[in-house]
Amino acid sequence: MPILRLTLLRHLGWAVAGLVGLYLLTSNVEPYRDLQIATIAYTAIAAAGLTLLTGTSGQISLGQGAFMAVGAYTTAVLLEHRPEWPLGLVVLLSTVAAAVVGALVGAAAARLRGPYLAGATLAFAVGLPALADYRGLRHVLGGANGLVVAQPPPPLSLGETFPLERWQSWIAGCCLVITLFLLANLQRSRMGRNMRAVRDDEIAAALSGVDVARTQVLAFVVSATCGGLAGALLAVVNGLAAPGAFPLALSLSLLTAVILGGLGSLAGAVYGATVLVLVPGWLNNLAESLGVARNVYANLPLALYGVVLVVVMIGFPHGLQGGVRRVARWLRPDGSARSRDGNASRADVTRVTTVPGTESDSVLRGGPDGD
Amino acid sequence: MATRRRPRLGALAALLLLAAACGGNDGSSSSGGGGGDRASAPGVTATTVTIGSHQPLTGPAAPGYSEIAPAMKAYFDLVNANGGVHGRKIEFKYLDDGYNPTQTVIAVKRLVLQDKVFAIVGGLGTPTHTKVVDFLNSSRVPDLFVSSGCRCWDEPAKHPYTFGWQPDYVVEGKILGQHVKQQFAGKKVAYFYQDDDFGQDGVSGLDKYIDKSQVVSRQTYQPGNTDIAPQVSAIAAAKPDVVVLFSIPAYTALFKLATLKVGINPTLVVSNVGSDPTTLGGLLEAFAKRGGATVKGSQLIEGIVTDGYLPPLGDSSNSWVKLFTSVRDKYAKSLPWDGNVAYGMALAYTFVQALQAAGDNPTRQGIVDVLEKGGLKGPGLTPFRYSKDSHAGFTGTRLGTIKGGAVMPQGDALTTDDGDGPITAFTEAPAEAPANGVPA
Repeated sequence: MPILRLTLLRHLGWAVAGLVGLYLLTSNVEPYRDLQIATIAYTAIAAAGLTLLTGTSGQISLGQGAFMAVGAYTTAVLLEHRPEWPLGLVVLLSTVAAAVVGALVGAAAARLRGPYLAGATLAFAVGLPALADYRGLRHVLGGANGLVVAQPPPPLSLGETFPLERWQSWIAGCCLVITLFLLANLQRSRMGRNMRAVRDDEIAAALSGVDVARTQVLAFVVSATCGGLAGALLAVVNGLAAPGAFPLALSLSLLTAVILGGLGSLAGAVYGATVLVLVPGWLNNLAESLGVARNVYANLPLALYGVVLVVVMIGFPHGLQGGVRRVARWLRPDGSARSRDGNASRADVTRVTTVPGTESDSVLRGGPDGD
Repeated sequence: MATRRRPRLGALAALLLLAAACGGNDGSSSSGGGGGDRASAPGVTATTVTIGSHQPLTGPAAPGYSEIAPAMKAYFDLVNANGGVHGRKIEFKYLDDGYNPTQTVIAVKRLVLQDKVFAIVGGLGTPTHTKVVDFLNSSRVPDLFVSSGCRCWDEPAKHPYTFGWQPDYVVEGKILGQHVKQQFAGKKVAYFYQDDDFGQDGVSGLDKYIDKSQVVSRQTYQPGNTDIAPQVSAIAAAKPDVVVLFSIPAYTALFKLATLKVGINPTLVVSNVGSDPTTLGGLLEAFAKRGGATVKGSQLIEGIVTDGYLPPLGDSSNSWVKLFTSVRDKYAKSLPWDGNVAYGMALAYTFVQALQAAGDNPTRQGIVDVLEKGGLKGPGLTPFRYSKDSHAGFTGTRLGTIKGGAVMPQGDALTTDDGDGPITAFTEAPAEAPANGVPA
C-alpha cells in the first residue's frame, strides 16, 4: 500500500512542521499570548473530536463540554491525591476516563438519531457538571466551588525565569499536533471511510458490510477522548476544575466553532477554535475604544457568533476551510484537483444544510440561557 | 467516496496561532512610559493608575451584580473629575467573566500580563476568585477587596496580597444568632440555608449562640432547584417560632410564599445578602403572579429581621447616601439606586482611601502596608479588621427590621470575629462622607 505510506509520511511532515512553527511562535510572544495559544490549542482538540463525530460520522453532539468536564475533574482529583505522578500519566488517565464515559454514552447514542441524539447529549451536558455538587461527591469534587489544580511548573532545565504560560502552551500545543495527526490518519483509514459511509447512508453502509452501530460508538469514543484530553489541558492551563467552567454554552460554542471552520475538517476545527478564543478579546478592545455601552457589548460575542455563522453558511457552505480550499484552487488551477474537490463539496453541502439549522437555533437560544 | 485533499494541518495550526499572536495587540500600546519617579509601580504612570476587575456582566450571576462595576466606575469618575489621587486619574478596566472560572483566569491574566494593572479591585465571586488568588499572590499583585463573604480571603500568611471587604458570613451568623438567642429564648428555631460555603459558614456562626436543643429543623436548598416544598413541609412539621435564613433573595421569596401555603407564620431572620427589601418585594410579586395569585410584596416582607453593614439606603439624611445618590445621578443615570450600587461605590471609596494613603508614589507593597497598618474609616458602620494578622473586611453589622419597604436599623452596630470572640457594641460615631466626595 504505497499510497497509505505516503499519506502517513505527509501527515508526519506536517506534524513536525507544526511543532517547529509552534516553538518559534510561542518563544517570541508575551506570556498572555502564550496563554491564548494554549487556550486555542485545547479548544481545538475538543473541536477536532467533535468535527470527526459530527462531520465525518454524522452524529450531532451537544455534550462535548461534559466530556471536557470528565477530563478536567479526573486531572484535578489525580493531581490533588497523587501529586507525585508525572503530568503525562495524569493527562493520559484523564483521557482514558473520558473515553470510558464516551463508550457508555456512545452505546446509548448509537440507538438515537438526529434531534433525539442532540437532546440526549444536551441533557448530558447540562446534568454531568452538576454532579460535582451532589452531596455524596462534594467532598471529592469540591461542590459548586470546584477544585483548584496545582499547576506543574516548567522544568528547571528551561531556566528559572521560563514563563509558566509558555510551558503550558507547549504542552497544549504538542497535544494538539499529536491529536490532529492521529485524527487525520483515522479519517484516511478504513475506519474513517466506514464513518463517512454510515453518515451518508446507513442502510447502504450496512449492506456493504459496515457494522453501523460499532462505527458510531467508535466515533463517539474518539470524540469523547478528544474532549477528555481538552478538559485535562483546560484544568492544567487554567488551574481549575469547576462546574461553572463547563456551562451548556461551552458545548454549543464548540459546535459553532466546528461549523464555522468547516464541518468534518480538522483544519476547520483549528480555525473555529481560534475564532472562539480570540473574538471576545477583540470585541472587548473594540468596544473599549468605541465606548459602547457595557450592557450592549457584554452580549456582543454571542450576537457576533450568530451573524458570522449565518454569513459563513451563506458565503462558504462548508466553512472557513471551504473558503481556504476555494482560494487554493484558484491559485492552482489544475483540473483534476477541482473535480475531486467538487465531488467532496457536494456531499458536504447536503450535510451542512441539515446540521447548521439546528445549531444556529441552539446558539440563539444559548444567549438568554447564558444570562 | 471521493478522496479529499488533506489540509496541511500542522502548518495551518501554527499559521493560525501566529495570526492569533500578532492580532489584537494594538489596543494595549505603551502604558509604561510614564515620567521618571512618578511611574512607581506597574500600572502607575505620572498621570494614571490603572486597576482591573473581573465581574459577571453576563451569565447566571449577572442580575444585580452586573451593576457593581459600573457603580465603581461612576465613583472613580467623580474622583477623576476632582483631580484624581495625587494627581493621577484612576483607569478602571473591568472584564466580563460570566461567573465562569475559566473566563476569570483568562480575564485576570489579561489584566495582569497584558494590561499590566496596578491591582485587582473587587473581583467578584467565590468559585471564580478562588481560582486566581494563587496567581495574583505569586505575581505580587494587590488583590484588594474581593466581592465575596468567603473566609478564604483572610489568609495573610498564605496570600499576603489578598484582602476581603464585606463582613464574612460567620460574623453575620454570630450576630444574628445572638439576637435570636436573646429575643427568642426557649422558643423553637429552624434553619433554612444554601447548601454551600455561604450557608454553612452562616450556620456555623448561628450555632455558636443558638442552643442545639432549640433548633428543631435544619433544611438546605440547592440553588437552581426551585422546588423547596419538601424542606418547607419539614420545617412546618417542626412548628418553629423563628426561621433563620441564609439564602439568596430568590429563595427568601420562595420560602416566604411556601410558608403561606402550608399555613405557618414564623418570624423570619434573613442574612444581609438575601434581604434587600426592593429586590424581595419585586420577587415575591413576580413569583406569586406566576402561581396565579396576587400578593403585596411590601406587606409580606414587613417584620423580617435582618442586618446590614452599610448605611441604610432609604436614609436620605445620611451623608454617604447623599454622596452615592448624587454620584449615581451625575455619572451613572442608568443604574438603579439599590444595594448593589451602594456596594460598588462604597468599595471604590475604600480603594481610593487606600491609594491616597499609599502616598505620592504608590507601590504594590506600599498599598498592602497601608492596609495592614489599619485605621481606614469608610462608609461601613463598623471598622475594618485589617492588620498584619488579619485581612478580613468589616468587623460587623447592625440589626434591623423591614418596615414599610425599608430596613429600619435598631440598636448599635455590633462587631465580632469569625472565631469564638465576643460580640461587642461599636458605639463610635460613624465617619461622615467628605464634602467633595473624595477622601482626603
